[in-house]
Amino acid sequence: MNLSIRHLLGLEGVPRDDISTILDTAFSFREVLERPIKRVPTLQGKTIVNLFFENSTRTRISFELAEKRLSADTVNFSSSGSSLAKGESLKDTVRNLYAMKTDAVVMRHGVPGSAKLLTQFIDAVVINAGDGTHEHPTQALLDIMSLQEKFGSLDGLNIAIIGDIRHSRVALSNIYGLLTMGANVALCGPPTFMPVGIESLGVKVIYDLDEALAFADAINILRIQRERQGKGMIPSLREYRAVFGITRERLDKLHKTITILHPGPINRGVEIDSDVADSEHSLILHQVLNGVAVRMAVLFLLLGGK
Amino acid sequence: MEFRVKARLADEQGVNRTITRLAHEIIENCKGTENVGIIGIRTRGDYLAKRLAHKIEEIENVKLPVGVLDVVMYRDDFRMKTKLPRVEVTDIPFDVDGKILILVDDVIYTGRTIRAALDALMDFGRPAAIQLAVLVDRGHRELPIKPDYVGKNIPTSIGEEVRVMIKEIDGRDEILLVEEQK
Repeated sequence: MNLSIRHLLGLEGVPRDDISTILDTAFSFREVLERPIKRVPTLQGKTIVNLFFENSTRTRISFELAEKRLSADTVNFSSSGSSLAKGESLKDTVRNLYAMKTDAVVMRHGVPGSAKLLTQFIDAVVINAGDGTHEHPTQALLDIMSLQEKFGSLDGLNIAIIGDIRHSRVALSNIYGLLTMGANVALCGPPTFMPVGIESLGVKVIYDLDEALAFADAINILRIQRERQGKGMIPSLREYRAVFGITRERLDKLHKTITILHPGPINRGVEIDSDVADSEHSLILHQVLNGVAVRMAVLFLLLGGK
Repeated sequence: MEFRVKARLADEQGVNRTITRLAHEIIENCKGTENVGIIGIRTRGDYLAKRLAHKIEEIENVKLPVGVLDVVMYRDDFRMKTKLPRVEVTDIPFDVDGKILILVDDVIYTGRTIRAALDALMDFGRPAAIQLAVLVDRGHRELPIKPDYVGKNIPTSIGEEVRVMIKEIDGRDEILLVEEQK
């Protein structure tokens, strides 16, 4: 039952057995969330620091709930109002936090590779909650969990990831995780959002949305980050919607149903239409529930033993 | 670790007779089956719980609600071990408030599993009472816990182990006393 990894920095190189163990454990922990008293004493006495150097609602609350449901003690840290504003380096900040006897650090940071860097400074378990445009492993795990629940197995399943692949840590973690679990992965989006050479990871690149939809059993729709607009990446949100937006009309043209995932936050009317996001084939809110369970599983498996 | 079988304590018929007796004792002690629910502790207690419920149904013609409890999340020993136990799904599909719960496990030893199970059950509500039924009591309690219904009392030494095999998992019903091979 032990994982082969000591930290969760990304899904690159994480073996299939580890991912399966995390998912199986997550399904067991999810039941706790349905109980009248939603708390188990599993991680009593463990201290976890949530270090968020970037804004986050869902991931941060999800991690915090997962920690509390397992009875761990949690400390939250956000970069505003901290000593970082006084010029303290990341290294000094985390070494100080570690000196206060913390067992694990959950970190979101804007710089790719920052989670890995952290493991060199401290001896605590490090969980990456998003490092720049690199990876966001727990998001991919909850996506995979939702797909596994819906389809039973990911072997041979066709998944298309649609949108801003280049700036998306969700996309990269999904690519690694989905391929490891046996799925076929296609990426679809405007060429300006497609990293050069991404095919070398073993994915297909499709620039025509209808073709990608014809391929897919399920699609993971990425958020169009509004802050990227006006930087020459896409002509306009309206044009993006016209070419890459998932609309009811587009889905109705297909003679099959497609399962919809989206990591949130949703831009309704841009990358996805409201009635698609809220349809019966959408797993979006289910993903959120599974997110807490997956994070409980990861925390238990990395922190539970000696 | 190698184990040697020292004694065969019961065969299929023996296990079946023991379950039949436990079913009768539960009905007698609870003065019927009203408000009674059965909860089995993974991984063998859950099958024994189903069998007990089935036996009670044969005797009283009443279907009792049955739940499955996994106590790993409540254990006090996984922090001491380097290998983590597998966490499985708990499924208690009925309201435990006001119920007389019969907790079922295959073997009682130190009592720590039962302690964990009691803590877990309290998180599901407020049962009227919790009673404990075990197939085998092998002694060596480390906590003040005593089963209400005992299939077999088998005094053992620390180096010995009681293995309960059940058809649903092991392909046969059998209770064995085994000893660690030095």
